[in-house]
Amino acid sequence: MRKKLNIDELKAKALEVRRDIITMLTYAGSGHSGGSLSSTDYGTALFFNEMNIDPKNPEYSERDMWFFSIGHVTPVIYSLMAESGYFEKNALLKFRKLDGFLEGHPCKAHVPGIECSGGSLGQGLSVAVGAALGSRMDKHSRRVYAICGDGELQEGQIWEAVMFAAHYKLDNICVFVDYNRKQIDGDVEDIMGIHPLDEKFRSFNWNVITIDGHNFEEILAALEEAKNTKGKPTVILGNTIMGKGVSFMEDLHTWHGNPPNKEQAEIACKELGTTLEEWTTHLENN
Amino acid sequence: MPEMKKTREGWGKGLVALGDENPNVVVLTADLNGSTMCNFFAEKYPERFVQVGIAEQNMMCVAAGLSLTGKVPFLATYGAFASTRSLDQIRITVAYSNLNVKIGGAHGGISVGPDGATHQAMEEFAIIRSIPNMTVICPSDIHETRKATIAAGNTFGPFYLRFGRENVPVVTNEDTPFQIGKAIEMASGSDLTIIACGMMVYEALVAAEELGKNGISARVLNMHTIKPIDREAIIKACEETGAIVTAEEHQIHGGLGGAVSEVVVQNSPVPMELVAVKDRFGKSGKPSELMKAFGLTSKEIIEASQKVLKRKK
Repeated sequence: MRKKLNIDELKAKALEVRRDIITMLTYAGSGHSGGSLSSTDYGTALFFNEMNIDPKNPEYSERDMWFFSIGHVTPVIYSLMAESGYFEKNALLKFRKLDGFLEGHPCKAHVPGIECSGGSLGQGLSVAVGAALGSRMDKHSRRVYAICGDGELQEGQIWEAVMFAAHYKLDNICVFVDYNRKQIDGDVEDIMGIHPLDEKFRSFNWNVITIDGHNFEEILAALEEAKNTKGKPTVILGNTIMGKGVSFMEDLHTWHGNPPNKEQAEIACKELGTTLEEWTTHLENN
Repeated sequence: MPEMKKTREGWGKGLVALGDENPNVVVLTADLNGSTMCNFFAEKYPERFVQVGIAEQNMMCVAAGLSLTGKVPFLATYGAFASTRSLDQIRITVAYSNLNVKIGGAHGGISVGPDGATHQAMEEFAIIRSIPNMTVICPSDIHETRKATIAAGNTFGPFYLRFGRENVPVVTNEDTPFQIGKAIEMASGSDLTIIACGMMVYEALVAAEELGKNGISARVLNMHTIKPIDREAIIKACEETGAIVTAEEHQIHGGLGGAVSEVVVQNSPVPMELVAVKDRFGKSGKPSELMKAFGLTSKEIIEASQKVLKRKK
């Protein structure tokens, strides 16, 4: 059984994850900063407190399953995986490189632990829902966790999956919406409004919990409520900030799909309590 | 006239046979339970049947999720939808992840009839065979469809099976061996080889018999597996008969004819003629009328054979 991190430890881990994200993006020279940083805290809570996983044995039959339906946030996905022991941290330095194994978007064949390849938005939630149904057919006690973007909810397939999960009363699935209100072209409400999200999910017969997606107390409480909710699926609407933790990235949609350059990375690392050199060395040696 | 049966019935019976043997086999459909004949399975194993409603994209990915929990999901909808509407889901979720998902593309080809072009899937071979990891099968009759369904269930990986709506001639029997990727020689011959799939295998056999009356010896290969294609049988046909005609109920671009050509030109070039739908959409009509109107009968295979023999050196 892995040790569950407490709130202070989760905060410290999330800081390390953010350092990983900035560092790997800087060396990659491309990739998605904004959503990775906005979903860091929830992801950290999942990987280091909530989920029953065995990173050294990714196919562990009793495992909970996790699906980032927003496949483009590979910086946070790979950081969480490396930090929890699925693979060595030095692999992060070859993110998006030909001689590395960490693809720009998740690839099942290259990375044990990735349940399913993804990156075309709107598909991962359906896969998660299918895994939840299969688990229930087997009377398996696992829980299934899906992470969606708010812009991603513009995909029609999302609502097919939302309808399906409620129809089959799948209470073993918990979905987190990284509600940072930004997408690549601008503000979600300007591009294609999704408001009111809570009412939408409620009308689809889901249990809806709205939280501050950067507050670990609220995250853990929401996950607990989701577990105790029977007969319907739960969605956690996590109010988050695009680029959270790096001042010049916060709340700017322009950081959706861009990495920091070296100078920006130095500033970001300083804000995160390290230097690019120090954190690079840390990753190289772990 | 030969015995006539529906290939989709072979799918339905194959699913039940698999369900009897393997408790992990599950079946999904998007509001087409009856017409895809998944209902045989649904009635016998309701707890392993998943109705998805009219949501093909979701169905593809739900099947993918089921496969991750150790299930062997078979899904069916019309091929017109399976191969296009849920194509992104096939490409990225199913094929890129190499998941154990079996896709039944029902009502394939122009022989669907009066529903018209929207429902006549004639591009699936080209679309699906271009995707890595996919296996594509188009069985010729009810028995072969049953065997192909069972073989897909017993072989790991993503599969696309195409079958039709109408009664079609039965050209194999219960005992004809079926092996994925291995063509069946339905008639021996030395002057040319007709390579066909699906209901065109019967038309090829009729054509070969007619050609025989005029002293032309035509080999007939039932190429039920479009991908991985039986290269060995194709190369052997080139070397031993020196001319090839392909016949398929599919667009002329990228289908069986294309797949065979790729092997022929890279190994043992011989003249070829392709009998297929000539880059046009289908239309409403009776199945038999449409097969004639779109040039998918033994008559066109005979003409193509005569043409290819003239080009043969």
